[in-house]
Amino acid sequence: MTDTKLTARNVDVFYGQKKAINDVSIDIDNGIVTAFIGPSGCGKSTFLRTLNRMNDTIAGARVDGEILLDGENIYAASMDPVALRARVGMVFQKPNPFPKSIFENVAYGPRIHGLGSSKADMEQIVERALTKAGLWEEVKDRLTDAGTALSGGQQQRLCIARAIAVSPEVILMDEPCSALDPIATARIEELIDELKESFAIVIVTHSMQQAARVSQRTAFFHLGSLVEYGETDQIFTNPREVRTKDYITGRYG
Amino acid sequence: MILTGVLLAVFGLGLVGWFAARGRARLLYTGRGSMHSMPAYHGWHMALWILVPALLAWGVWSAIMPGLVEGAVFADPAAASLPTDPMTLGAIVSEAHNLASDPSATAFNPEARVLVEPIRAAQARFGLIGALLVMVVAIAGGGYGFTRIRADFRARTQVERAVMALLLAASLMAVLTTFGIVGSLVFEAGLFFKDVSPIAFLTGTHWSPASTMGANINDNFGAVPLFWGTIYIGAIIAMIVAIPLGLMSAVYLTQYASGAMRKWLKPMLEILAGIPTVVYGYFAALTVAPMIRDFAASMGMQNPSTESALAAGLVMGVMIIPFVSSMADDALAAVPRAMSDGSLALGSTKSETIKKVLLPAALPGIVAGVMLAISRAIGETMIVVMAAGAAANLSANPLASMTTVTYQIVQMLTGDQEFNSPKTLSAFALGLVLFVVTLILNIVALRVVKRFREAYE
Repeated sequence: MTDTKLTARNVDVFYGQKKAINDVSIDIDNGIVTAFIGPSGCGKSTFLRTLNRMNDTIAGARVDGEILLDGENIYAASMDPVALRARVGMVFQKPNPFPKSIFENVAYGPRIHGLGSSKADMEQIVERALTKAGLWEEVKDRLTDAGTALSGGQQQRLCIARAIAVSPEVILMDEPCSALDPIATARIEELIDELKESFAIVIVTHSMQQAARVSQRTAFFHLGSLVEYGETDQIFTNPREVRTKDYITGRYG
Repeated sequence: MILTGVLLAVFGLGLVGWFAARGRARLLYTGRGSMHSMPAYHGWHMALWILVPALLAWGVWSAIMPGLVEGAVFADPAAASLPTDPMTLGAIVSEAHNLASDPSATAFNPEARVLVEPIRAAQARFGLIGALLVMVVAIAGGGYGFTRIRADFRARTQVERAVMALLLAASLMAVLTTFGIVGSLVFEAGLFFKDVSPIAFLTGTHWSPASTMGANINDNFGAVPLFWGTIYIGAIIAMIVAIPLGLMSAVYLTQYASGAMRKWLKPMLEILAGIPTVVYGYFAALTVAPMIRDFAASMGMQNPSTESALAAGLVMGVMIIPFVSSMADDALAAVPRAMSDGSLALGSTKSETIKKVLLPAALPGIVAGVMLAISRAIGETMIVVMAAGAAANLSANPLASMTTVTYQIVQMLTGDQEFNSPKTLSAFALGLVLFVVTLILNIVALRVVKRFREAYE
């Protein structure tokens, strides 16, 4: 089953005077993984960050056009960016656990949003999130250890657990494996595959192989524009655009 | 004085040597690669050979000449009739020296007049010998340097070495001065502790060094009231002011202020750090202290004193704000942006992010900043001298007059004092305690900062 979760219509993004994204329109569906690929500086991460208004935190950034989450414009004045980010979670390029215990890292979001009123509730939320992120078995005996003491791959799964714990509807991943070794990467990719059952997932990646492995749809960005968007198989085997073909065959990027 | 003149001559000779050697080396230069070192390096090498030995000789001679003059003067028949009592003799000789250099000076001892001529003669004689010696050394050094100018001579290497030695000497100067200060503190404090037991000093609660009453000297040198006053003013009252204000201004500056606001506010805060402490001192004494006294009186306190721990502590706290603020600013800026992004992306607000993620992450740096601030506050002198008072009270009442370690040191060492009394020497013992405490605070704080930096690299 697929239904549209996020819709972008004619989105432009500016950093000061500079236009970083040019007229992008895209539909992102529930229940699948959507990958954004493209050479460095093509705007794929910038566009990703417009989807949960993380660009708001950058001085001078401005977004034109509209982005709808379940039909509701997330840039409307009535939309609270804080509430939005609870619905659209994000995992970053470099694992960024807070300097707190593993338990507290996961409990952070639920606490902020007033979930899990009792201690037992909170423990249950944390266990569920860590289990979903495939980390529970590894850390269940040392939940009080510092999150920063884990290995890089474990840290990234902790960050995923942290994002899952607030029960978002969409998870945005900005090159989540670029700081990890191949084994940790494989582990995260498996996890992404499992998570797509429960969340709409958008992943930005540098690696075309990764996009081919984990995603069902792929969007190719170049110079701030969306060049081609379609089923991943079609993009990689039979691209319609010359630029897409040149990029996936390694002509540039 | 001929010895001052000879210094000029040595520098002149050095300049001449520089040009001479460079000129000579240029004659040898026949093209690229024909010499190991460029001609200017030969010039420097020659100048160093003239200057360094001659200046050393000059220094040595300046140190030993007064002794030689003294010896010659006492050997003179005119000195035979002088009294032998060392005190009077010393006074006469120093008066004679004054007369020798300034004939218009007045002398209380008529005997001093007879020494003037022998002193002048001896000074002229030994001055001339010294000047000749220095010139001979300079010329000999220059001559040696000049003979070494050859195409394959490594003048550049030698000059580089001399430069390094100079830089090393410059950096050692600060270190040696520190050692010297510590040495003198320890030595003088040692003299003090011969008279007063360290235990009585560190644990006694009665401080009245001027009093000669009491059977036991130990009873008058209990420094606890001073330590308490120092801690109460510098580490408690001042920090109650400085920590919240400094921290909040750092949070505002790093997290909320727009670029323009930050550009304007930060230098303003730094101006606060640039105000001389004596200005803070009279602000405390003339403005804040009377206000506090009036307030105390309005609260029904009988005869409140103008000087109070609160006045000194409040103003000291204000003085420390930029210090805490800039350390906290650095600590907050060192927390990676990914950390706050991570928190914001979970749907937490800015203030939640600051309170729950940024401040805990920056805590070690902030703690270190506070420790450095405390070590500055307890070493601060002017404000407490002007506003805290002299009474060694052991009290928790912030409106009471209190005294601090630094204030007492000033008291002990200014004005007419006998140098060897325990009263004066106590200043060194107090200084030593202060030094040790601030040293420990600084070392711990720097450790914490270092470990904190490593955590994010």
